[in-house]
Amino acid sequence: MKFIRSEPAAFGLFLLLALAMALIPSDYLFDAVLTPFLAVSLAALGLNILAGYAGQVSLGSAAFMAIGAFSTYDLLYYIPGLPLLIAFAGAGLITAAVALVFGLPGLRLKGFYLAISTLAAQFFVQWVFTNFPWFSGGDSSGVVNAPPIAIGGILIGSPLRRYLLSLLIVAVLSGFALLLTRSRVGQSFLAIRDNELAARVLGVNVLKTKLIACAVSGFYIGIAGALWAYLYVRLIEPAGYDLNFSFEILFVVIIGGLASVRGAFLGAAFMVVLPLALSRAGAAIFGDTFDSGLVDISEQIILGVLIILFLRLEPQGLSALISRLGLKKKQSHPLPSGVSHEFN
Amino acid sequence: MDWSFFAGVVIAGLLAGVMYSLVAIGFVLIYKTSGVFNFAQGAMVLFAALTFVSLHEEGVPFWGAFAITLAAMIVLGILIERLVLRPLINQPPITLFMATLGLSYIIQGAAQMLWGTQVHQLDLGIADVPLPLNNILISQFDLFCAAVAGGVVAALSLLFRYTNLGLAFRAAAGDSFAALNTGLRLPFIWAAVWSVAGFIALVGGLLWGARTGVQFSLSLVVLKSLPVLVVGGFDSIAGAIVGGLLIGLTETLAEIYVGPLVGGGIDQWIAYVIALIFLLVKPNGLFGQRSVERV
Amino acid sequence: MNSIKRLSALLLTTAIAGAPMITMAQTMTPQSSTAQEQYFPLQSYRVGPYAAGGTGFFGGFIDYMNLINLRDGGVNGVKLTWSECETQYIVEKGVECYERMKNHVPAPSAWNPLSVGIAYAMIPDVTADKVPLITIDHGRTDSTDGAVFPYVFPLLMNPYSETSAIVNFIGSRSGGDDKLATKSIVVLYHGSPYGRETIPIYALLAKKYGFKLQQIEVPDPGTEQEAQWLQIRRIHPDYVVLRGWGVMNPVALKTAQKVGFPADHIVGNVWSNSEEDAKPAGDAAKGYIALTTQATGTQYPVIQQIEQTVYTAGKGDMADKSRIGSVYYNLGVVNGILNVEAVRIAQAKYGDHTLTGDQIRWGFEHLNLDPTKVQALGAAGLFHSIDVTCSDHEGHGLVTFQQWDGTQWHRISDWIAPDWALLRPIIEASANKYAAQNGITPRNCGTQVASN
Repeated sequence: MKFIRSEPAAFGLFLLLALAMALIPSDYLFDAVLTPFLAVSLAALGLNILAGYAGQVSLGSAAFMAIGAFSTYDLLYYIPGLPLLIAFAGAGLITAAVALVFGLPGLRLKGFYLAISTLAAQFFVQWVFTNFPWFSGGDSSGVVNAPPIAIGGILIGSPLRRYLLSLLIVAVLSGFALLLTRSRVGQSFLAIRDNELAARVLGVNVLKTKLIACAVSGFYIGIAGALWAYLYVRLIEPAGYDLNFSFEILFVVIIGGLASVRGAFLGAAFMVVLPLALSRAGAAIFGDTFDSGLVDISEQIILGVLIILFLRLEPQGLSALISRLGLKKKQSHPLPSGVSHEFN
Repeated sequence: MDWSFFAGVVIAGLLAGVMYSLVAIGFVLIYKTSGVFNFAQGAMVLFAALTFVSLHEEGVPFWGAFAITLAAMIVLGILIERLVLRPLINQPPITLFMATLGLSYIIQGAAQMLWGTQVHQLDLGIADVPLPLNNILISQFDLFCAAVAGGVVAALSLLFRYTNLGLAFRAAAGDSFAALNTGLRLPFIWAAVWSVAGFIALVGGLLWGARTGVQFSLSLVVLKSLPVLVVGGFDSIAGAIVGGLLIGLTETLAEIYVGPLVGGGIDQWIAYVIALIFLLVKPNGLFGQRSVERV
Repeated sequence: MNSIKRLSALLLTTAIAGAPMITMAQTMTPQSSTAQEQYFPLQSYRVGPYAAGGTGFFGGFIDYMNLINLRDGGVNGVKLTWSECETQYIVEKGVECYERMKNHVPAPSAWNPLSVGIAYAMIPDVTADKVPLITIDHGRTDSTDGAVFPYVFPLLMNPYSETSAIVNFIGSRSGGDDKLATKSIVVLYHGSPYGRETIPIYALLAKKYGFKLQQIEVPDPGTEQEAQWLQIRRIHPDYVVLRGWGVMNPVALKTAQKVGFPADHIVGNVWSNSEEDAKPAGDAAKGYIALTTQATGTQYPVIQQIEQTVYTAGKGDMADKSRIGSVYYNLGVVNGILNVEAVRIAQAKYGDHTLTGDQIRWGFEHLNLDPTKVQALGAAGLFHSIDVTCSDHEGHGLVTFQQWDGTQWHRISDWIAPDWALLRPIIEASANKYAAQNGITPRNCGTQVASN
């Protein structure tokens, strides 16, 4: 148990588990459960860097995912022969740049501004992608099927391969996120989140740190959007990145635990797997003689109830819950609000 | 420059804004007295409208259905206060906001489960036909809405200024600890506030429902209210009215005069851009008093 | 309290860990298969903003399949079976439903999602799975070219044909196509890919016939259209074409009344043509005209048989029986007819037993129902005809127009043919572009070799 308590070990264990999943011969598991789980986790990770660590709330995560998705498509479409991974990285960079544009004014003001500005981004970005055919390669309808992709000649066509590629990308980026949170920059994030004035007094360059958080967050969310579009839904349309989706990502972060890399995954597991489990349970219990809509409505209600229960019982999210079970070594840093954080 | 057309646009924009204000007032009430940004207001509007229209379709007369729905909204308000808000009292605003988000899922699901997913027509007896006024068309229905909104604002102002309950609301809004100290029962006050907000949701639901039909998208009216609140101030009813008028006006003007230059359909996000500009210039909104807290 | 927290934590972790196991177990358990059965997975939506259309369409579809089972004992003895999976019209849910149901035993015969987004997302997968995807009255327009899209069928009418039919109708109302040059038309479209899809085609037709055209966007969801209709009032067009969806439709009609634009000069397209679109607008909708591929009403023999056979046996799907005969319901019935006849035609070639998706696809590709056959099916007047071929997956469907009188729809025109010849080159160009981008070699439809 002590071994598991150290972060790299926990991370490695998770990785092993994820790889072991690849041995299960079920397309459904990859295409409908694991790959979306990975994409959502990555998006939540990105949002967490902004919200959990730097203390800024974004209500437009889905729009930034859309930017990542469309950027990937445009890079691959307008630059023939561009390697896939370069396109993904490029999409991340483009999203980071746009995130900076929307965030820059907001970061200079406290609190609420960023929420409104990201909400504006949510609607604006959807409008841009719907109304300007250039982004969809000239197609006036704005909906594109993700074309087949390959890395170095290996076609990424099967559910298993798509899962493995997502896993690779998410693992690398999460590892980097872990490193980031333990670095000076990560500590500056927390300092700013908890008391901006004190942080400034201590010599933290507040604006620069906030901008880094914004950019890194944008990078992660953009790549998450590219994963979602290319490895999961394989459809790129503006309507798929709507406000509801942004809220879902926010739920993931809140439920999983702010300021926690682990929290992004736990929350994503909750949000992705739970509706499926409920829906399957409904189908199993009621069989074919039920109104499929009724099950879905109940699912919605149950989700709402669970969210509220969660906020009531464990406001720090699943991450803190797991700590309480004693599975993880707690590193508590008592802070004015009496809230403790785990560094991963 | 076609002045009569321009005048028509201005009037239409202002009247559209009135409809936004109506929904925004519900938000203001709750935010003013308990500091919670109630995202579930949209779901409450839907629930109220659906309940009313389903009862009415079953044959219950207008005012009977109104009374029963109002009672339902009051019960809903009490339940919300008890089950959702009270346990979350000391949580940061983002948690409360998330809770209202979860609440909106529950209410929307419950509304559809109880009353079904069909589209309903809601006829308030006032035709949406224009009163020709010197070649500028003003809709009867819009004027009715403006009158109703005015009535609601007047009633609320009276409530706040001249009744004990209103006094209690203001006390709780100003300083909840002090209010507690003087013996005011906060839970009762909050339940009362939510009930009044429920009443506002019902009125808003009836008016919007008459205009768009009562169906699922009704709960989306909440998205237009956020810019209104930013512009007018989160805790001011007067601000909600003025903010609504402003947003409605600029939105309509922008769509007609700027829209065609960029392809149209900009009125969805232009309201937010206006809100952003306001936030830069006047972070508390035009009339807001409480400093806007970090979400 | 501590123990409760621990308990809930444990429950949650087990749920999260256990869920994949459950879902896996279910997919891996072999499902009992009955020999003579043709299975239709239904990605239905009975919840959410478009529930009214979904309940009508899938209700009609299911009722027709029940009719075939009850009245005829199935298609030549092969029973029709189905199961529903709720999508709420959301693409990811549709994809998840697809993943869930595609391994059903027996395999799916055809997919009928009634959603543009879900259909698009499924195209590569159904092609790999070799199961046909039916997108009646909607879908990817270029999937009409069966050479590039062997497994996708936008039956009866694709979005481009609809455009042409509406313009032809306006022409006929104006006294002939040559009179169109004197007319001014505004297209009010929904701010979504669906709404925007026909922008270039309207522009093309405006160039051909010479009418003045302006296309105005209404952002989703369309609950506020003041600005747009004020513009329309200033433009003063002869006709407004309504390309709406959901709540945008009744709001459009009401706002039109508000600015004084006559309802009988508004022509709605196929997704603005239902009772759910007109009713909420009250008397603002009186006189409103809309395009439809199937007629409305219960006077058709097949609808009456459904009422007599299926509903008296208590197996009817519609909770509200007054919706039988409505626009979406009848569309579902027609969709049922097309699916069932495809099965029948495939059986004629492959035998009266459970067929594979690829064999059903062959059936769809030879779906030729002329008016005599349609009459034999009890659907004379319900829809006109269809003639699907390898290169034309739409089937040269004819359309008609109906007018709302305040309580119901009445047909006001003959069966009109769109200008397929004009649209075909554009469709082929787009299909070939898709083929190039996705590394697909178009089939040679000249040499009809069944590749199953």
